[in-house]
Amino acid sequence: MTVVVRTVARIIAPMILAFGGYVIMHGHLTPGGGFQGGAVAASALALLAISFGFGRWKGIKAPLSFLEDLGALAFVALGFLGIGYTFFRNVLAASGGLFGAPVPPGPNPGLLETGGTLPLMNWAVGLKVIAGLGSVVLLLGLFGGEDDR
Amino acid sequence: MIGNLPFVVCMILVGLGLWTLLSRRNLIKLAIGITLIESGVNLFLVALGYVERGVAPIYTYAPPRAKMVLPTPQALTLTSIVIGLATTALMLAFAVVIYRHRGTLDARKIRELRG
Amino acid sequence: MTFGVHAPILAIAVPLLGAFALPVFTKLHRSLRDIWAAAVGAFTCAMVITVAVQVFTSGVQVYTLGAASPTASVVQGGFPIRIVLAVDGMSAFMGLISALVGLASLVYSFGFLKEEQGKTLAMTLFFLLWAGMLGMEYTGDMFNFFVFLEVTSIAACSLVGYRTWESAPVEAAFKTMAMYTVGGLLVLLSIGILYGEYGALNIAYLSSKVVGSQLDKIALGLLLGGLLMKAGAVPAHMWAPDAYGEAPAQAAIVLVANTQASLYGLWRVLFTLFVGVLSAPAVGWLVASLGALTILVAVLAAVTQRDLGRLIAYGAVSQIGYMLLGVGVGLAALSSRQDWGLVAMKGGIFHMLNDAATVGLLMLAAGVVRRATGTKDLASLGGLGHDLKWTSGFFLLGVLALAGIPPLNGFASKFLIYESSFRLSPILAAIAVLGSILLLAVFARAFQGAFLGPRLREARPASPAMLAAMGILAAVILAMGLAPGFFVEHLVGPAAEALWRGRDLYLAAVLGG
Repeated sequence: MTVVVRTVARIIAPMILAFGGYVIMHGHLTPGGGFQGGAVAASALALLAISFGFGRWKGIKAPLSFLEDLGALAFVALGFLGIGYTFFRNVLAASGGLFGAPVPPGPNPGLLETGGTLPLMNWAVGLKVIAGLGSVVLLLGLFGGEDDR
Repeated sequence: MIGNLPFVVCMILVGLGLWTLLSRRNLIKLAIGITLIESGVNLFLVALGYVERGVAPIYTYAPPRAKMVLPTPQALTLTSIVIGLATTALMLAFAVVIYRHRGTLDARKIRELRG
Repeated sequence: MTFGVHAPILAIAVPLLGAFALPVFTKLHRSLRDIWAAAVGAFTCAMVITVAVQVFTSGVQVYTLGAASPTASVVQGGFPIRIVLAVDGMSAFMGLISALVGLASLVYSFGFLKEEQGKTLAMTLFFLLWAGMLGMEYTGDMFNFFVFLEVTSIAACSLVGYRTWESAPVEAAFKTMAMYTVGGLLVLLSIGILYGEYGALNIAYLSSKVVGSQLDKIALGLLLGGLLMKAGAVPAHMWAPDAYGEAPAQAAIVLVANTQASLYGLWRVLFTLFVGVLSAPAVGWLVASLGALTILVAVLAAVTQRDLGRLIAYGAVSQIGYMLLGVGVGLAALSSRQDWGLVAMKGGIFHMLNDAATVGLLMLAAGVVRRATGTKDLASLGGLGHDLKWTSGFFLLGVLALAGIPPLNGFASKFLIYESSFRLSPILAAIAVLGSILLLAVFARAFQGAFLGPRLREARPASPAMLAAMGILAAVILAMGLAPGFFVEHLVGPAAEALWRGRDLYLAAVLGG
């Protein structure tokens, strides 16, 4: 791609990644969550892949699929956390620990440290979606690339 | 009557998708047809949950006694979008592989399996 | 028993965990992967059996996800708010079928995939498919059912088409994916309609509220169409022979169990969700005639096949017809509570178990033939019985059982279907009998052509793991043939009863009193 595209991509991609991270992190407070944020972040990967050529990103295919596995594993493992009560029980909510702050009654601007296992699950899903969607885009690009260009 | 307009639009989308599936022979266009049906269904789900003058269903943001739109259909729609993403990606990947093997995307020319 | 309470969710969650952990273990060491897969498979089967024992001894089992305790009521303020797993006799029975087929597939894949590429991928997808099937069978929530339906769709199509170095499997996978997705979207549309009308997704709650309006009829039609598309009944059967024929053998048998899970969804919709409002004779007649049509079309198509895999695939499609016929006849007799209706249900449901074991055995044997000779073309096969002694024995057993030859299990279930469908309409019974006879002729010819006669070519013998997998299914077939009464009384009977008059129990268990 041209130098204009590359320069713009270089500037915008970190912003897109950061926005994706924001959407994932605030998934339990605002519209959004793991999948949406992950899709946003993966679009940064797609932008980079298209503007700098797919061939250059061949090396990150294996780490991406490993990351995808880890995300899925983390999600199921978080479900198993609650097995003392029931599967998917939110054991961390209002426990005082990680993300365990109790929610005050009434309207509030959104407290990041509430939500129990939900933010963790959002991160697991987000990781999986970034890695999965990124590798899908990469693989489709690599597959088609050899014949067309 | 005007309240039913969104549902009519959804059904038109679904119908267009089915028509695409039946009348087109290009594998990519078949995938597009399926995506059209999916959009119609997703739109239908979102339209179901709409409440007139409702606000976004976030408990901590909403003013007291506000009417909220239903959150469940939105959750359903999100799930079905995720599933749709996976199926579309899979179908496109299959289409790419078929193209690499046979050199064409025309469903009439690649029918090895028949009978 | 505290642990047993968690059995339904563990049966779904453990294969999921197993699927995602498998690539990680492969990175560490190869043998670790096989040990992990075997452990996950064994644990899942143990959980399914635990669930079945609990359900058959103490009634419907309910598991409320995310609540303070598994048995906490799902209804709060008169409204169901959580996702719930509800396992009654029919669900437990289907879980047993899935576990049996999954076990055979897992054992077979240890031997079959050793020299194939992509073993880790295939096993991961297999575990996903297994988890999805068990989820479809155990869930008590319409939308959750749809999610698991799509999980099975994606995993199944990937399993059909993951061998991208050949072109035919990928083509079959594309076709299958298109059909599965459209079917799934029809199901989702009808779930949307039901949600819009009643504001809930819980099957039991919906069943208690459903009024039978025009919209309900549309929803029922969409559900019927979508699920039959996924099950491969006749107007929408064209994907089935491709997928069964092209998928590797250990995947094809799981696909058969997957179509049965879709059929289970259909039974659940007809007998639990809509039974209070639909006109049972009309819908029963519709289902039964679709079944008869499926038998007729599939058997006639099987006559012309020259490929062993596709021949067995059409056999599998025709067996779907017998299940539809049996349960359809039962539904037609439901409102008048005739005894032969229950007999038909028992026949149709018993046939699901028979079909899983018999068609599974035939498909595994066909997989051995393909591995041994590199082809499935009937014209170039011959005399395989000289080298593949056990396999030809298993294939013969499968053929006889599929056609319903008296001492074997196929006869037991088909006889129940013949007898009861004759009471509804002699034409249906005649089609069923005719289908059986033609099927026997077709498969006998295939057996004679492929396994008997002079030795045409060298064949590689089957590996012990593959023989063990076929042995499991053959043992089940023989057991069901020798003691059909035991199976009908202890497994099939409770399952059929759960559909026939178990709706109130199901509702009471989920909604609490």
